[in-house]
Amino acid sequence: MSAMPVRLSSMTRLRTLAMLGAFAAASGAPAADYVAVAGTRTFSSVLATESDAAPVPIAAFSLRATPVTNAQFLEFVRLHPAWQRDQVASIFAETRYLAAWPDAARIDPAQANQPVVAVSWFAAQAFCASENARLPTWLQWEYAAAADATRTDARDDPAWRERILGWYAQTAGTPVADVGGERNAHGIADLHGLVWEWVDDFNALLVSADNREQGDADRMRFCGAGALSMRDRENYAVLMRIALLSSLSARDVTSSLGFRCARAAPGVKP
Amino acid sequence: MIPLIQQTLRGAIVALFLAASIGVGATEPVGDALASDSVYQLDIALTDQNDRARTFASQRGRVSLVSMFYATCRFTCPLIIDALRQTEQALDAEARARLAVLLVSFDPEQDTPEELLALAVQRKLDLQRWTLARTESANVRTLAAILDIRYRELPDGEFSHTSPLILLDAQGRILARTDVLGKADPAFVEAVRQALTIR
Repeated sequence: MSAMPVRLSSMTRLRTLAMLGAFAAASGAPAADYVAVAGTRTFSSVLATESDAAPVPIAAFSLRATPVTNAQFLEFVRLHPAWQRDQVASIFAETRYLAAWPDAARIDPAQANQPVVAVSWFAAQAFCASENARLPTWLQWEYAAAADATRTDARDDPAWRERILGWYAQTAGTPVADVGGERNAHGIADLHGLVWEWVDDFNALLVSADNREQGDADRMRFCGAGALSMRDRENYAVLMRIALLSSLSARDVTSSLGFRCARAAPGVKP
Repeated sequence: MIPLIQQTLRGAIVALFLAASIGVGATEPVGDALASDSVYQLDIALTDQNDRARTFASQRGRVSLVSMFYATCRFTCPLIIDALRQTEQALDAEARARLAVLLVSFDPEQDTPEELLALAVQRKLDLQRWTLARTESANVRTLAAILDIRYRELPDGEFSHTSPLILLDAQGRILARTDVLGKADPAFVEAVRQALTIR
């Protein structure tokens, strides 16, 4: 927990910082609640290509400590009316976009600190761009989400896996909680148990329902070594995420799909 | 990420310019406003095989076949070009002359304009109607997203990707798509034919 979280309560502050050219990514000073995540030389993703199952390096990056909230997204659409649900181009968001809001530019007070849901990938990317960020890649998200409160990689712990699966069962059918749950070893909250989250490369997650069904006909559709195979079949909580993301198109929304944003660490090529 | 709002505004300005500058009957009719479901809402910058700057939305006004590929691909990508050719060969010459074809690379690092031109020459593509293009790497995923194409760079530098042929009307609305490779897809050819006869 190296960075002091600063509430993004005022977009004015952010705009002022932008005008001054003093974004966190450039200066190292936190402008929003972004937390620095140290990279690693070897991370074993649950996704592994058939051609290369070796662990991959993760460069240092920073990640929003919590998912983007309704209040934050409301500020964004007020500044950028092209992203209001009554004005958005239909190629960028389907009809259920922001459907839980009472009005195109208004939210219920109770929704303010809940994670925004029913946003398309395009809308999420546009929001992140407005704060000089992007959606995290799948690998960045998976790496950040592999941690528990004390360990950066708790995935081999059956108790941790059970706890996450328990969270998923718990949230089904109950109202969405506010953001700001327990922080993990990186200082990031709500990666599990609150909402699903978009990633930048959601459309890279080529996973067939069953890899054993990959006959020649299926391979014909792909150039290169074919679809992904999954390394860690026990990690159901993460595999469910991949199944969901790989089923979506970029204009799709769901009532439990939100997002957070990421930035490359200063001096690191994104 | 490109600033989408700016791009949308620019698209609208380009649309007005097109509407003003193109005489009636010169091409497909172009409305004043860009359709809400047009892929040209995403107006990203491209560079073609002759190193000319253009935009994705500059396809607007012509019925187009669009897909994504990469020039060094040995397996599926030659088949994409084959399938595009088989599709247009199934049309009569008059209809074919009005069809544009755009292929955008997954691999802007390797696919320089020189590489794209070499491929176009090798495959004897009609560059009056065909465009092989690259865009900045940050735009590749966004373009794939709007076309609903899935791709992944593999550790050996190859790309795993889906290979649809996508039919766009003059406004940039997706009319049809096919995953059939190796021969012309009759239903898709019929959709192309109809798109080219709508006046």
